[in-house]
Amino acid sequence: MARSQPIAFLDARLVDPETGYDGPGAAIVVEGVIADVVRRPQIDSLSGDIRRIDCGGAMLAPGLVDLRVKTGEPGAEPKETLKSASRAAAAGGVTAIVIQPDTDPAIDDPAMVDFIFRRARDIELVHVYPAGAATRRCEGQRIAELGLMREAGAVYFTDADRTIADSKVFRRVLSYANGFGAAVAHRPADPYLSVGACATEGEFAGRMGLPSVPAIAERIMLERDLALAEITGGRLIVDQITTEGALESLKRAKDRGVRVAATASINHLSFNELDIGDYRTFARLDPPLRAEADRQALIAGLASGLVEVVVSAHAPAPAEDKRLPFAEAAPGGVGLETLLPALLSLHHEGGISLVTLIRAVTLAPARLIGLDAGRMAPGAPADLVLCDIGAPLRIDADKLISKSKNSPFDGRRLQGRVLLTMVGGRIVHQAEA
Amino acid sequence: MDEALGIERLIGERTFAFPQRHFLSAAALNRPDAEALLALADAFVALNLRPDKKLATLRGRTMVNLFFESSTRTQSSFEIAAKRLGADTVNMAPRNSSITKGETLIDTAVTLNAMKPDILVVRHGASGAADLLAQKVSCSVINAGDGWREHPTQALLDALTLRRAFGRVEGLVVAICGDVLHSRVARSNVALLQLLGAEVRLVGPPTLMPAGADQWGVSIHHQMKTGLAGADVVMMLRLQLERMDGAFVPSTREYFRYWGLDAEKLAFAAPGAKVMHPGPMNRGVEIESGVADDPEISLIQSQVEMGVAARMAVLASLAARLDNVETTRAPRG
Repeated sequence: MARSQPIAFLDARLVDPETGYDGPGAAIVVEGVIADVVRRPQIDSLSGDIRRIDCGGAMLAPGLVDLRVKTGEPGAEPKETLKSASRAAAAGGVTAIVIQPDTDPAIDDPAMVDFIFRRARDIELVHVYPAGAATRRCEGQRIAELGLMREAGAVYFTDADRTIADSKVFRRVLSYANGFGAAVAHRPADPYLSVGACATEGEFAGRMGLPSVPAIAERIMLERDLALAEITGGRLIVDQITTEGALESLKRAKDRGVRVAATASINHLSFNELDIGDYRTFARLDPPLRAEADRQALIAGLASGLVEVVVSAHAPAPAEDKRLPFAEAAPGGVGLETLLPALLSLHHEGGISLVTLIRAVTLAPARLIGLDAGRMAPGAPADLVLCDIGAPLRIDADKLISKSKNSPFDGRRLQGRVLLTMVGGRIVHQAEA
Repeated sequence: MDEALGIERLIGERTFAFPQRHFLSAAALNRPDAEALLALADAFVALNLRPDKKLATLRGRTMVNLFFESSTRTQSSFEIAAKRLGADTVNMAPRNSSITKGETLIDTAVTLNAMKPDILVVRHGASGAADLLAQKVSCSVINAGDGWREHPTQALLDALTLRRAFGRVEGLVVAICGDVLHSRVARSNVALLQLLGAEVRLVGPPTLMPAGADQWGVSIHHQMKTGLAGADVVMMLRLQLERMDGAFVPSTREYFRYWGLDAEKLAFAAPGAKVMHPGPMNRGVEIESGVADDPEISLIQSQVEMGVAARMAVLASLAARLDNVETTRAPRG
């Protein structure tokens, strides 16, 4: 129905990360692509069969591209399925999600890559892309079938939460993946310093009696990864940089011309280590929450462009995995539905421009993995989000669409209500009036 | 009988009722509450010396000991304390029950809670476990040790022991020695002894000192000589044997050489200094028998005795906060 009928978005605040435009605008969508974009509120001489949507000044931007999403499918469907994650994404204005490969079984061969695409086609809500495992079963020992997975459509390679401790293996992964033009994402965390840790080392974790990891564990591993990226010429994605020290290492490497890009999770941009007070397991994350100075450095890195991409780090964990003592609880938080409003608070409170923020969740991740997304231009796919960026909302975890309700934002007041999400010209989510 | 009545009056006459429904952390106490608990515990010490030790403060109440980690002295101390106050007690050792079949801590607690106990005493290997339970059950929860974080009744009994040995806690120099990193006893004592005006030092190898402990208002020492210099009290901590053998310290003998308490190291402390240990002791590892067993300097037996009185004080204080109405309220799950 909506697919074939042309739609005009009128009287919008257009945010286009490609051109850097943030101002009044309107857009027409025909047959799944953007047919026209104008920088004024109205379009003259619209034909009669066009459906008109009066945006009332709400933000119209490209749909979000989330590079780091976990579901429980296959293997742990009670946590989250591809379908429930897709619905959550649509509700959050996220039009493309990249599935992490540490499922059960892992996405470490072309058949599994194909399985994800096939399931996504059946669900038909948002774009779903698999990231392939860098090593078989994400065990960090033997290289997975990177070439075949790449051919099947895997958008990048990673062992997700697991670090590849063996430097020789990681060197070969970077080098081999590069031969197929693929980037490798890696979590920088020294595995030995990190053993058993559930908090960041410091006065607070010490007083709480929690096993902790020093912040430098991130920089130690990142320096290794950067050095290996440099000698292999491979493309490295730093998976969720969180500390001031690691940001300095990243800066130096970029200045030297190393092919590296870094993501930040919205959680580490929004919370610090004090949020685990009262042993709140919804704030138990991996990497653990850091000091406020780290959070500020991360925000500064995002504002300056040092950190290009923001991810939701969507990691569903059902109640039985979270209603445990802090150190025993599963790490991670759901984030697809809160990514955009949480990001907007960096605009409302942090003064970062909308274009910079929106770019970090649209054009920048799309370019990093070679997707045609994140543009507001004629011919671009009509993956769009319409958002009332000033609308107040209080996050109530129980009301989230995700099957798991472990949102670290539970109870937080944010601003930014997603009014409509469009994927390929089709409306996949519309807020109730 | 007069004495017993005196105690009941002490409980009843407090200007402010004990403000908390649970007893989870020494760090959460304020000084008047801590002093009141100690005064009450002091009265219970006298009661415990009488042939008839039984009161009716908790008559009809049920206290459940839920110990996920094994313990002989703390569990029996709580049990005796509750029985002397007239409560019925049940001991649960979930190691042998359904907890091993995948039932979670909360499932176990909620199940127990449905049997309407009045007080749940919990020990668990994870920091924050008692706080978690307190959010999920409708009865009062007492923390009998959670991971590395707190063991508040131990701190209370230590303070009581010091008060009776020295007549005060204010102004005492207390050196807490050994494995501070993994010690809930240390964390609770740092909080409570500082609250009561003592000067606290932490002494131990750098690998067993928590990061940021220098911001706790204590001084940190890595050598017994400087750490014990002029100390009134030397509180030794238990060193888990699995922490030795190269993990945190190279060997038992090296540990004893530098941080084990013997008469020679004790000589660094102030004349007449007293020795404490929360038990159970690793003799010859963190403490030498000659020091531990010398009644002139060791307060270790006294600590055990004070344990019952301190726990009676906690139980009696919480009793005033227990529900007195019939309830059909389901626990929040």
